[in-house]
Amino acid sequence: MSTMKLGKVSGVMRSFGDRVNGLSKTTKIIATVLIAFFFYILPLLEPPLISTPGSDFGAVMFTVATYALVALGLNIVVGYAGLLDLGYVGFYAVGAYTVGVLTTYHAHWPFLLVVPVAVVAAMISGVILGAPTLRVRGDYLAIVTLGFGEIVRLIANNTAWLGEAGGINQIGKPPNVEMFEVPHLNWDSGTPLLDLNDKTTVVQFGISDQIPYYWLALTIVIIVLFADRLIKDSRVGRAWEATREDEDAAELMGVPTFRYKLLAFAMGAFIGGLSGALYATKTSFINPESFVLILSILFVAAVVVGGQGNRWGVIVGAALVAYLPERFRGFEEWRILVFGVALMILATYRPEGLLPPRRTVRARQLEAEIDALEEGLDEGSPA
Amino acid sequence: MDFQFLFDNFFALTITGLVLGSVYALIALGYTMVYGVLQLINFAHSEVFMYGSFAATFTIMALGGSSQTSTVGAILMLVLALGAAMLASGGVALLVERVAYRPLLKRNAPKLVALISAIGMSFVLAEAMGLRDKITRFFGLDDNFREYVTRARNNLLFPDVVRPVRLFEVGGYHVTSLDVIIFSTAVLMMVAVDQFIRRSRLGRGIRSVAQDPESAALMGVNSTRVVQVTFLIGGLMAGAAAFLFVMKYGVTRYDIGFLLGVKAFTAAVLGGIGNLRGALLGGLVLGVAENYGSALFGNEWKDVVAFTLLVLILLFRPTGLLGEALGKARA
Repeated sequence: MSTMKLGKVSGVMRSFGDRVNGLSKTTKIIATVLIAFFFYILPLLEPPLISTPGSDFGAVMFTVATYALVALGLNIVVGYAGLLDLGYVGFYAVGAYTVGVLTTYHAHWPFLLVVPVAVVAAMISGVILGAPTLRVRGDYLAIVTLGFGEIVRLIANNTAWLGEAGGINQIGKPPNVEMFEVPHLNWDSGTPLLDLNDKTTVVQFGISDQIPYYWLALTIVIIVLFADRLIKDSRVGRAWEATREDEDAAELMGVPTFRYKLLAFAMGAFIGGLSGALYATKTSFINPESFVLILSILFVAAVVVGGQGNRWGVIVGAALVAYLPERFRGFEEWRILVFGVALMILATYRPEGLLPPRRTVRARQLEAEIDALEEGLDEGSPA
Repeated sequence: MDFQFLFDNFFALTITGLVLGSVYALIALGYTMVYGVLQLINFAHSEVFMYGSFAATFTIMALGGSSQTSTVGAILMLVLALGAAMLASGGVALLVERVAYRPLLKRNAPKLVALISAIGMSFVLAEAMGLRDKITRFFGLDDNFREYVTRARNNLLFPDVVRPVRLFEVGGYHVTSLDVIIFSTAVLMMVAVDQFIRRSRLGRGIRSVAQDPESAALMGVNSTRVVQVTFLIGGLMAGAAAFLFVMKYGVTRYDIGFLLGVKAFTAAVLGGIGNLRGALLGGLVLGVAENYGSALFGNEWKDVVAFTLLVLILLFRPTGLLGEALGKARA
């Protein structure tokens, strides 16, 4: 019975996917641009139910965008290459601290020059961590990376050169390109009105208005999405998939699995460092408490909840993990409790995540078809 | 690096390290057994420990223990507190198995998902304890339990019923009765569990499931039962560890499990995960190494030493110090 139901559900999903794929190329491009535009102006619209009453909506959207970026990076490591990394916050911290140290604490480099350095530093730390540990068995990797995350935080906490527990403040901002101002919408009267007192300057990276940082983060997310798609469909992406499914078989087929795992680690660290750099410049203040272990766990939760291996899925997961606690700030004390319950329910009833990768859906359809054939029923098979 | 300090306090550091290490070892047992049977990291085990520490403290509070309690009364109370802690932790461990693991095991869910579910359970358990004031108020019971639920997010002090007696001196360190009790209780319990796994019928079941779940099931081993027993034993030991911990350090909090849990897991991996004797060895080595490390580099580097040790061990001996799986233990 249950297999028949599954077959039907996935049949619907497939037809949706087919319908999207069946659209003409121009339509697809226009739709993508419109969707992207909608996300750019979302914090200006402040739509009633979605907007966060307790905290600044622009700041929340920035958090969502950085989590999405982190989730995309971690998805390469966990979803594509199948390596459980519980210390991802370590790379995030390396990125953030590089920006902190080079823009204000020990030097005064411009932000845009520091970002590549931060990203490379995170990548190097990824290779340093990965080169010895990726030979270790999968489950142990989780605990070694967890240790790494803690070591990074504790080193920052105990080293005077990195500001110790006090952290680093007045971190450099990206350069401003002031062009024009856009007003926000105000929904107080029930209908949307332009609020001319509440404007965002395009593009001014100030302190009170967080929306420009959101735009920056969103732009990077979109670029990473394109890069992610290119990599996933390339030789490298296939090598990751083969390594994840059966490492020995992949090695026998001539895939240098260790090198590809290291590459996945380095690319994950790259994106982690990038989001750390964004975080540092937006808050303009970092201390070791910004990089606690629980953050790593939330990142992994975002990837698994959304559907590891599916780039849209992990973005949805990241959005949920970052957004829900902010939306329900009224229940602030209860939010971790509720989050825990949600994780358990999701794990039990949607073990592949909210949006599983197409490969999983296909495998499930095939299984349902085979079951139906074996039982001699054909009305339930989605073929 | 302060070698002089290390040499001056060598015995003190070693003994306090062994005492803390034996607590690590008892907690590590829960991780190692669940891992041995299910190949899963029981992330909620730290909360199992935390509930035990609260149960022990609440019991002493309910019995009215204080620094004025007579010696006989204090001993009686402590025994009751130990029982309460073990019961509470065992119960929570069974709950974790029932709620966070069994539904997933039935569906053959991927490993990572079980980890997420355990993380969820861990959040729920810790937060329920941290919000116990709000929860009791919700049920209108806060007047009855005021003493137990106020300031739920703060430290809860263990009533001052323990008066350690200095027994003897080793290299300038006065070993107290408490140190001896903690160390010997921990070792005794580990030996008991080890013998249980090696000799009893249920222990044989556990070993067989650890070795090959499918064959074990074909031979008539009830694997659900085995998993339950595994969680229960781990929980009981975590409860004992929690009792010893609050007795020694005199304080607990709703989020205390996290760091201790990570340390205990480190100890389990250090000794060879899935290996009971490894858990004991790993716990003791970790406790002592941490102390030496903090003497050499300063106290703030204590945790870094622990994690670095773990990374080094995994690099040079990935199976841990003893590196034997639970299933391979000889009968």
